[in-house]
Amino acid sequence: MGPILAVEGLKAYYQMRYFGTLREVRAVDDITLEIQRDEIYGLAGESSSGKSTLIKTIARAIRPPLNVVDGAVRFDFAGQGPRDIYTLSAPELAATRWRHLSYIMQGSMNVLNPVRRIRHSFVDFAFRHMSLPMPAFLRRVEEHLGHLSLRPDVLESFPHELSGGMRQRVTIALATVCRPDFIIADEPTTALDVVVQKGVLEMIRRLQREMGSSVLFVTHDMAVHANLTDRLGIMYAGRLVEEAPTRALFRQPLHPYTAHLIRSLPRIGDDTPRHGLEGRPPNLASPPPGCRFHPRCPLAMEVCQQTTPVMQELAPGHRVACHAAAQGILP
Amino acid sequence: MTVPLLELRSVGKTYAGGGLFSRRRVAAVKQVSFTLAAETPEVFAIIGESGSGKSSLARMVLGMSTASEGQVLFRGQDLAASRGRSARLDFMRQVQPIFQNPFEAFNPLTRVDRYLYATARNLTGAKNQSEAEAAADQALQQVGLSLTELRGRFPHELSGGQLQRAAIARALIPGPSLLVADEPVSMIDASLRMTIVNLFRELRDRLQVSILYITHDLATAYTISDRIVIMRQGEVVESGDARAVLAHPQHPYSIQLKNSVLSVEGAWNDDDDALAHGTTRSTEGTRP
Amino acid sequence: MWKILRDLLRYNWEFTAGVILLAGVTIVALLSFVSPYPPLDVYVVAPDLPPSMEHWLGTTSRGQDVFWQLSVAIRNTLAFGIVVALISRVIALAVGLFAGYAGGPVDRLLMSVNDTFIVVPIFPILVLFYFVMRDQMSWGLLALVAACLGWAYDARLIRSIALSLKTREFTAQSAFSGMNAGEIVTREHLPYVMPVVFTTTMNNMNWSIGLEVTLSVLGFTDVNTPTIGGMIYWANQHAALVSGIWWWIAAPVALVIAVFVALFLLAVSMNEYIDPRSRLARMGGG
Repeated sequence: MGPILAVEGLKAYYQMRYFGTLREVRAVDDITLEIQRDEIYGLAGESSSGKSTLIKTIARAIRPPLNVVDGAVRFDFAGQGPRDIYTLSAPELAATRWRHLSYIMQGSMNVLNPVRRIRHSFVDFAFRHMSLPMPAFLRRVEEHLGHLSLRPDVLESFPHELSGGMRQRVTIALATVCRPDFIIADEPTTALDVVVQKGVLEMIRRLQREMGSSVLFVTHDMAVHANLTDRLGIMYAGRLVEEAPTRALFRQPLHPYTAHLIRSLPRIGDDTPRHGLEGRPPNLASPPPGCRFHPRCPLAMEVCQQTTPVMQELAPGHRVACHAAAQGILP
Repeated sequence: MTVPLLELRSVGKTYAGGGLFSRRRVAAVKQVSFTLAAETPEVFAIIGESGSGKSSLARMVLGMSTASEGQVLFRGQDLAASRGRSARLDFMRQVQPIFQNPFEAFNPLTRVDRYLYATARNLTGAKNQSEAEAAADQALQQVGLSLTELRGRFPHELSGGQLQRAAIARALIPGPSLLVADEPVSMIDASLRMTIVNLFRELRDRLQVSILYITHDLATAYTISDRIVIMRQGEVVESGDARAVLAHPQHPYSIQLKNSVLSVEGAWNDDDDALAHGTTRSTEGTRP
Repeated sequence: MWKILRDLLRYNWEFTAGVILLAGVTIVALLSFVSPYPPLDVYVVAPDLPPSMEHWLGTTSRGQDVFWQLSVAIRNTLAFGIVVALISRVIALAVGLFAGYAGGPVDRLLMSVNDTFIVVPIFPILVLFYFVMRDQMSWGLLALVAACLGWAYDARLIRSIALSLKTREFTAQSAFSGMNAGEIVTREHLPYVMPVVFTTTMNNMNWSIGLEVTLSVLGFTDVNTPTIGGMIYWANQHAALVSGIWWWIAAPVALVIAVFVALFLLAVSMNEYIDPRSRLARMGGG
């Protein structure tokens, strides 16, 4: 079987028309990537790197002014053969969501209805995908919760009665109760305290291993990626700039931006000075020509200002879009 | 013994909690005491997670709320006793805040430089626009910016890092002896974060200003702090020299906190397979 | 500013329609200054003439030209609406912003006054005022009374915005820049409530013009000052509809409806434009 998700040349722009002039923000600009079965694929990037837009586009959860301009998002669930999610009909899409493709969001309150007991949220989201009678469905839910070290009585609580960490566990349980093939996790631990975060990450890891699902895990936190993901893609200004098995990427980053992200992480017990990067991420309405990182890049050459670098595989599974790396210059 | 810069004596803060009809009081801060000396400027970190009371503490030190118990003394003056606008302006010349979200701390509808001029006029006695601009430019130079970069700019035209540096510059204009920074880098992108963190250390050395650095992030606290306190549910559980405490925490909560910090190195410090299974293995230990 | 207006005219049909309507009404109002007949005099022309080339909108049973009478009436009615709106905006802004910023006892005191004004029945009070004041009840006094009764709802709206602004970090930053309460309220918070002020101005003008027309039609105002309501009052007094002098009623009713529609369209289009979020998005911050 091929990859579960193949994104090809995807371009998604925010297109706004203000008084006759079209303003285009190229939030996702020509991204190609593949996600294999049974892996956690990490996506890292800063604010306005386009990572949130990319996952919204992959999940087909976009609304105008965000439009897909070009490219394809092909999912291949359970060997049915690849299909572009944008060619699915509305009923097909509804049948796919939650059963094959589910979503863990940053704010658990967005999923859990604040005025209804947790049980109702499970019934609303998952019941129709399970084709089980109600008592058997609830037994299955309780079993699943127990598996995630949650007591079955959380089903009878209201969301506000649970702590932030508990709520996030419940939303993860909700997203995984149908054993979906593909899970998109958008900064699921960013709002959590570090002590709680570790437990939640462990839970995601364990579930993924048991179910054999694929997870697309998005966060700006490089330490989380190092501890969780199998492969990692780095986004900068709407483009994918580097992609590699996580460990190889941390050992030898090839893109100067990735290298900076990794090396600037402070760490307890290490007194070597860390430095920030000058400048700011480009405005995606008028990005700089050539490589979008060149105004901030310590290795920038003349070619970087003119030609947009293309993704090249420089080591097995290690792709990078950088003129310097292509010439063998390491950051 | 000279008068300390900042002294907290068994400070507590309680809020009315619970529902509409509940008389329950919730203690956000309990019995917190520490002292910052006037002669030796330092970066003093208050570390805690959400609900630890660290932000309530910051508000009391800034005089934005009063302590329910105990005293907050700034240069020997009880903050609860100082009233009136001129006393407040005097206090602001000495103590300035730096907020969490630089995009929120500057009104998005007005120009960024206006706050710097207002500070110069109200707190340093700059009499006209050119004096205010001179004071603003001087402060901006301290943080690696200049007025030419900032003049007439709106917040959305600057990056989070530039804005936060502008906020620090504004705080520096009256020449304060204490900066209170509440989570100043948590909203800043990783690539810009260390610039701000390092700046605090530089300012301590260059301008002899003490910094109360309030954060949940142990790693940056380790990088720049001289002393730290670790708070949990309103109480100080451990305090002392930053390097000593963070390298060898004693209190069970501090140990748990330190062990929970994910690090890149921690992902593969055991063997070759650690990355793939390291987290799974630790799950087995904690599963009930 | 001019560029914004130009863009609005070009791309926002509601705004364009509103401006054209209001411009037409304003021209009619301004023509009153070159009126060939003194507005207060009666029997200056032959009565009860239907619309013709000489008298575009006919004449009244009181021997006045309907068009020129209308021109003075709409001028007075518009002026009434503008004066009421301006005075009540000032009160609403002052009360709303300071109650929201000060909070605590100041807020509670101001809001209890505010709520009293919200619940009192406005119409009976104005009628009562007329019976107490009678001959002293001038146009200006009525405007003042209406303004004092017409601010409360909008003040509550403004206060709710000010309350949320107070907790924003930039308010604390302003306070630590040494700005006093007045500066913070007028320079930091005022820009946020301006959209509300603009749209409520239009709505308040509609409300006060409607109020004036209602009171005048019933004769509870100084009917000797020509206003839209006053014209309808005199037409009713002469049973204009019964005797077939329909143009005497139709002209003022049509014109006041044009004013209502124009103000409504402006309120809608300006609200869309001035909303801080859409404005930020246009500036590139969204």
